[in-house]
Amino acid sequence: MALGYAGKDTGKYAKAGVREYREMGYWQPDYVPKDTDTLALFRITPQPGVEPEEAAAAVAGESSTATWTVVWTDRLTTLERYQAKAYKVEPVPGNPEQVFAYIAYDLALFEEGSIANMTSSIIGNVFGFKAVKALRLEDLRVPVAYLKTFKGAPHGIPVERDMLNKYGRPILGATVKPKLGLSGRNYGRVVYEALAGGLDFTKDDENINSQAFMRWRDRFLYAQEAVMRAEQVSGERKGHYMNVTAADMEEVLRRAEFAKEIGSIIIMADLTMGYTALQTLSNWCRNNGMILHLHRASHATFTRQKNHGINFRVLAKWMRMLGVDHIHAGTVVGKLEGDPNLTRGYYAILREQYNHYDPVRGIYFDQDWGYLPAVMPVASGGIHAGQMHLLLDLFGDDVVLQFGGGTIGHPMGIAAGATANRVAVEAMVMARNEGRDILAEGPEILRQAAKHSPALAAALEVWKDITFDFTSTDTPDFVPTPTL
Amino acid sequence: MRIHQGTFSFLPDLTDEQIEKQIRYIIQNGWAVSVEYTDDPNPYNTYWNMWGLPMFDLEDPAAAMYEFRKCREAFPNHYIKINGYDPSPMWQAQRVSFIAHRPTQEEPGFRLKRMLWSDGRVQKYGLEPYVTDKPSGERY
Repeated sequence: MALGYAGKDTGKYAKAGVREYREMGYWQPDYVPKDTDTLALFRITPQPGVEPEEAAAAVAGESSTATWTVVWTDRLTTLERYQAKAYKVEPVPGNPEQVFAYIAYDLALFEEGSIANMTSSIIGNVFGFKAVKALRLEDLRVPVAYLKTFKGAPHGIPVERDMLNKYGRPILGATVKPKLGLSGRNYGRVVYEALAGGLDFTKDDENINSQAFMRWRDRFLYAQEAVMRAEQVSGERKGHYMNVTAADMEEVLRRAEFAKEIGSIIIMADLTMGYTALQTLSNWCRNNGMILHLHRASHATFTRQKNHGINFRVLAKWMRMLGVDHIHAGTVVGKLEGDPNLTRGYYAILREQYNHYDPVRGIYFDQDWGYLPAVMPVASGGIHAGQMHLLLDLFGDDVVLQFGGGTIGHPMGIAAGATANRVAVEAMVMARNEGRDILAEGPEILRQAAKHSPALAAALEVWKDITFDFTSTDTPDFVPTPTL
Repeated sequence: MRIHQGTFSFLPDLTDEQIEKQIRYIIQNGWAVSVEYTDDPNPYNTYWNMWGLPMFDLEDPAAAMYEFRKCREAFPNHYIKINGYDPSPMWQAQRVSFIAHRPTQEEPGFRLKRMLWSDGRVQKYGLEPYVTDKPSGERY
């Protein structure tokens, strides 16, 4: 019977029938993780008086087999197999109140191919647990054995590029603005102008579903008309992400079927639909040759604060497993939250076949992706043509750069805004391929390109002073050591 | 109209010097260079004619430039594109593709065919280059 720490009455621990988690097998400092284990890194802020090892063991226990008291039915199973095991705690650099805890989960614990089940275990109950003041899931190593139960992205980056017939440069997009209030016919006008002007994709916004001022069917029809007209005048393939998010799954699939019937190559969904709904939609997209764009609507409610929630990189891993072709992953230079190193880490997680341990980028585990297709990250929110050298340097070719305001807000009109972005990206890619230092010469490269593009010249002039320079809320715990 | 397929189609047409620099980039990445040509610029036309086989293991852009120039001499009134192909696992796809030559004649563009569907409430679309009304080889 535990007295609690330092002889203090610490609630649960002072009561009969209650043992410390670390005494029940949830703290195993000698445990050697198996290749088939899922490994989790939690940032724990223990309650005062709770030692790090006990807090780690409690998190392991509550996210796997344990309840608040000892139950005799534990003896009816091989509990040691199903117990999650906290095997390491480490101090958090510069933050004495917090610890990093490493926890291993056996392969048996999660249902095959179910993000819903994996998340119900790892982040199900434990985040409200009173023994920790705050808790954040920082990273996850998913074993190949479990990854192979997922199909991943319906298409993946190379196949999407083949479908679009576009190679070797960032894909360009724009979200139709204003987000709410346009009629279907006016909405289609924005789509047409942006695509005909030179963008590859336009996008419904996350909160455009099927409101009274614009029902989904009208929007889809006008948008597809705009897509085809833009293909006609440009001679290249175009698309509009049709948001199929709806109140129930039958309606989601009804809208998706209609998008397919009228010839769209891409649909989109909001994260608010939930993991199970998204996985159903992912299967539907794979079966129907439809690219799936995911808008991470609501994610910042649980990914942004550094002490509590889950890091976006974990969500990115789940979405790569669950199977989306696109996911928004931050811009660094735009209007939304994003530290440069951490954002580069998210992009690596979505695009690479093997992630090497790199704490500066927030990658705490080696991760072999087991041939799961790469996901196209989307950079959206407050970016414009004048930042093209920064964007290309940060993200490379395999990204969708979405210029909403940076297209529609152009003083010469939407098509000119689109042209400005396209000229800027092509000029920058050409310069990079020629071996020029685009970070140093970027502004000059853009000025040169603007000489034959009045649209780009106007964009550079109107947005020349726009930057969003705020300190990130979610910052790295490890800073790069300067090399001499 | 101007066909906007391939990277760099919003920039002025590339000079031979610029084309050679892009081929050098393809080679430096270890990718294969290929030259393809067509007089059917339909954006859904995936398989342009191959000008010979893709050139693997090139060390210098000169050989690829030679093939591109030969292609251009043979088909001055076709579209010619240059591709960089990456055979590495989980890519097996083009990493570079741009139009390096265009027909001298103005591109007449595309007919957008509309077929009514679902009792006229929905349209099915088809895109056809006007030039493909004529046989291949007589189009530009």
